[in-house]
Amino acid sequence: MNAPDRRAGANAGAEPAGRPHAGSGRYIGQRVRRKEDARLLTGRGQFVDDIALPGMLHVAFVRSPIARGRILGIDLDVARDVPGVHAIYTQQDLAHFNVDMLSFYLVSPEVETTPLANGRVAYVGEPVALVIADSRPIAEDAASLVVVDYAEEDPVVTIDDARSGPPVHPGCDDNIAAEMGEQEIDEDLQALLEGAPHLIRHRVVHQRISQSPMETRGVVVSREGAEELTLYITCQSPHLVARWVSLALGLPPGAIRVIAKDVGGGFGLKNHPWKEETAVILAALMFNRPLKWIEDRYENLIAANQAREQEMVLQVALDDDGRLLASHGDYSVNNGAFPQLSECNIAVHMFVWAAYRMPRYGFLTRGWYSNTIGYAAYRGPWAMESLIRETALDVAARRIGIDPIELRRRNLVTLQDQPTTSCMDLPLEDITPAECLEKLLAAFDVAAFRREQAAARKEGRYLGLGIATYIEPTGAAGAITTMTGELAQVRIEPTGKVTATMSTHSQGHGTATTMAQIFADRLGVPYEDVTVFEGDSSRGGFSPGAAGSRQGVIAGGAAIMAADLLAAKFRQLAAHLLDTSVDAIVIDEGMVRVDGAPDKCRPFADIACIAYGEPDRLPPGFEAGLEAQYRYQPPPMTFSSAANACVVEVDADTGFVRILRWISSEDCGNVINPAVVEGQIAGGLAQAIGMVLLEEVRFDARGNPLAATYKDYHLPAIADIPEFEFVHAGTASQSVGGMRGCGEGGAIIGAPTLVNAIADALAPFGEVPVDLPLTPTKLLSLIEGRDLSAKTVDDQHHFIADHPVTVPVSAAAESAPQAPQPAAAPTAEALVDGDWKMVLSTPMGPQEMTGHFETRGQALAGYLSSPEGQMDFTGSVDGANLKFDLKVDKPMKITLKYTLAVTGDKIAGKCKMGIFGSAKVTGQRA
Amino acid sequence: MSKHTIELTINGLRHTADVEARVSLSDFLREDAGYTGVHVGCDHGVCGACTVIVDGKAVRSCLMLAVQAHGADITTVEGLAEPGGALHPVQETMAQEYGLQCGFCTPGIVMTMAALTGEGKRPTEEQLIDAMSGHLCRCTGYQGIRRAVRKLVAADTGETVDGGAA
Repeated sequence: MNAPDRRAGANAGAEPAGRPHAGSGRYIGQRVRRKEDARLLTGRGQFVDDIALPGMLHVAFVRSPIARGRILGIDLDVARDVPGVHAIYTQQDLAHFNVDMLSFYLVSPEVETTPLANGRVAYVGEPVALVIADSRPIAEDAASLVVVDYAEEDPVVTIDDARSGPPVHPGCDDNIAAEMGEQEIDEDLQALLEGAPHLIRHRVVHQRISQSPMETRGVVVSREGAEELTLYITCQSPHLVARWVSLALGLPPGAIRVIAKDVGGGFGLKNHPWKEETAVILAALMFNRPLKWIEDRYENLIAANQAREQEMVLQVALDDDGRLLASHGDYSVNNGAFPQLSECNIAVHMFVWAAYRMPRYGFLTRGWYSNTIGYAAYRGPWAMESLIRETALDVAARRIGIDPIELRRRNLVTLQDQPTTSCMDLPLEDITPAECLEKLLAAFDVAAFRREQAAARKEGRYLGLGIATYIEPTGAAGAITTMTGELAQVRIEPTGKVTATMSTHSQGHGTATTMAQIFADRLGVPYEDVTVFEGDSSRGGFSPGAAGSRQGVIAGGAAIMAADLLAAKFRQLAAHLLDTSVDAIVIDEGMVRVDGAPDKCRPFADIACIAYGEPDRLPPGFEAGLEAQYRYQPPPMTFSSAANACVVEVDADTGFVRILRWISSEDCGNVINPAVVEGQIAGGLAQAIGMVLLEEVRFDARGNPLAATYKDYHLPAIADIPEFEFVHAGTASQSVGGMRGCGEGGAIIGAPTLVNAIADALAPFGEVPVDLPLTPTKLLSLIEGRDLSAKTVDDQHHFIADHPVTVPVSAAAESAPQAPQPAAAPTAEALVDGDWKMVLSTPMGPQEMTGHFETRGQALAGYLSSPEGQMDFTGSVDGANLKFDLKVDKPMKITLKYTLAVTGDKIAGKCKMGIFGSAKVTGQRA
Repeated sequence: MSKHTIELTINGLRHTADVEARVSLSDFLREDAGYTGVHVGCDHGVCGACTVIVDGKAVRSCLMLAVQAHGADITTVEGLAEPGGALHPVQETMAQEYGLQCGFCTPGIVMTMAALTGEGKRPTEEQLIDAMSGHLCRCTGYQGIRRAVRKLVAADTGETVDGGAA
């Protein structure tokens, strides 16, 4: 079934990324206009909040204001009396349903998980009660009048908290949600790491991310009769939702119909229902009226499952030529209280070195429960593997003094190396990251950039180039219960038009377009004559829809196979009616001709009409009608590859990063629609830029979310995203059609590409700690401890070795280079003594002061003077580094601990102000 | 809640309605008037999805109360295309340039573009991009939106431009 002739558009991917006209009669590989656009552009889409059913009532939730505690009592009396309120339910009312809150893999949860809080709350925003009212405003009014009495407990918020804090879930011994790997590094591996000429210990801290689809979650539930249930819901696969609800609630599957025509983005959040959607479904079953719940943005940001909060330390051993010798990874991910899957993200380790020749790898991987919102998928859930590997390789390149491109060339698995297996025993047959890298370098002149960079440095401008490569598993099928093949059903209607029913689902993916391109191409009909129906679990067969970059690969293969079956049937009938052989039949834009007989010609629609309405004219044994279906089971995994480059300028005065250029060189095999593929990649890259520079879900120490609006959670806007350039490789995969998935890649490779560019730009200041997001504040904390005027760059790659630098205290990173002392260091007296004009940046605003320093050996004495008065201090000095404490009484008794470093005429560092945290200190000689 | 009678024009049709003072214009347009093309993405004035044209100006309808629209002339995305179905130039350009994916933010983007282009208006590319900075799109990375802006500006100034991808 993998015959080459089944591969669509053999040279489709090789074409330049121009804009060929779509009307050439072949549609695969063309930038065909999207079928979805006409309704979406005119306000005629059908999103869940657009559904209104007769008798429908509205739901609002009472949510926990604390991160952890026991519920002592719930008083509903006042709320129930609000006019327009119909019912208020708590978990006690829903308990008899015994819902099994299954994971995406349809596995029962590791810890008790209920739709509404069951006696305890475990995160701020956890739904405690559900109010049904005539309208949403009335439901919200009543929700605000529900009185819940809590016995608050100290929450476990961060991964660090989880390691040492009390178990989030009563009855558990600790907060480990999932764990794999070795507790201790294997002795042989340890010896390889320690004995290597170069050992990089690289740490990455990744902030928590809100998937933030522009359409929030929502559901409309209608119970119809004793068993039937119709759901309109934001999701990524109506079929998966139907299967999940059937199993979770123990309902007969045939009774459930899930409809989701238009969904405003998913990105992993909408894989299957969670607490709120489930509670609304149960409430509708109890109350027997259609119910609607539409999440508002505040709810979405504080109570919809989130992703990515993780940290990892990767040790990488290399020889003097930069060849990889061994590696170890220690990974942790915050699962929150009720994750959609108790996750330790084994995929991070499966793929971290899969594209590289890495002889030996060991790992420890853990997921941690905490009193925060539960973990869910986000585009490329295992993306840490690329982020930490690609940034570690650049650190290694700087440390060893090798060009980062050359370092990759020496270690990447090439096509010549395959078939082979990775260090984690992953079979590799046709990955092309090395080839993507060469194509990228053909499109970007690195040498010219390095000259430009060196010239810019002389002007005090910091340009950086980041390059990253990766592979991505796409179109997986067969290993996980829910990750299946795809069914395509297609008919040539009696009108001659083509109708297909698919289980694909678009939350922007444009699958009704790409599938129609395939059907039009393979059946020889105009694209305009093809309609693809999707978004309804009562049509088509099971598939998980949009998950794991699978639809182009698997549904595309299914569409080709079903279309070819139908085309064969049509040609058989046409040959019979035109009294010729099947091979002589030519189908051309609505007409059927006989090769070599110009007079034998019939409209396509005539033959279709006969197939249904004139059984006497059909060939003997011919099944009436023109219908076919095929369930395509692809190879277990299809890999996509890519190499990206990005150029940034970091403003050393503000710490702001400006992206100047970005090239994506990717190999997603045969491309059905380049505009759709580029749209997927661009969207993922934009999300990666948000991850690196802008977005962050933060909590305070009590577990209160600090980003509850889009004024606090910063999504990238148009000015934050550059215009991306695309290079397509087009190496046909082994799946039918030769496609490779492209849904998640941009979100995976974008982050390391951008981090590497920033790190390259700021290399003169030391290593950038990879603690996302890289806000201007974080970058400035690295930049401002430096005397930039003394730095020149002749050879970027030897810069660190030639120009040893001291990392300021506030920016010390695990991966920071060693900082040898300069051979003839000037004395502390010459560096430090005298008067300095300094600014302390406190949360209350900047405070100006004058500092006077006098050194004697390693002793420091002096005073700080400001309009409020003068305070004397004593402390210590080590070279150019000062330490001293000041005890103050106002606004309260605290000790201010100063840590400063002098470089030339500048001074910088920080002041620890007790419970007020740290404040930055900057200044210059008076 | 007290109700107030408002009269206004939506997409060329006269409407009279009794609304509570607290009802936002976006909720009124969606739920009372039936224009569900008005999408509410954040309800606090940041994402721009709910943008409609009120008396010629692009306005975030989630930040305006329905009672404030008394006497106003409002156009929603449903009122942009020709009655016969021909797309407005902004809609046509967005389709040609793949300016949308899921389409949830799209009505707001289209309305801002429509308010700022056409009828002799001559926005610069910079001005239109600046206006687009008030619209959040999570799908496209703004690539097609940027191309559409370029094409619309060129159309308004009578210049021709190749709106092709990189």
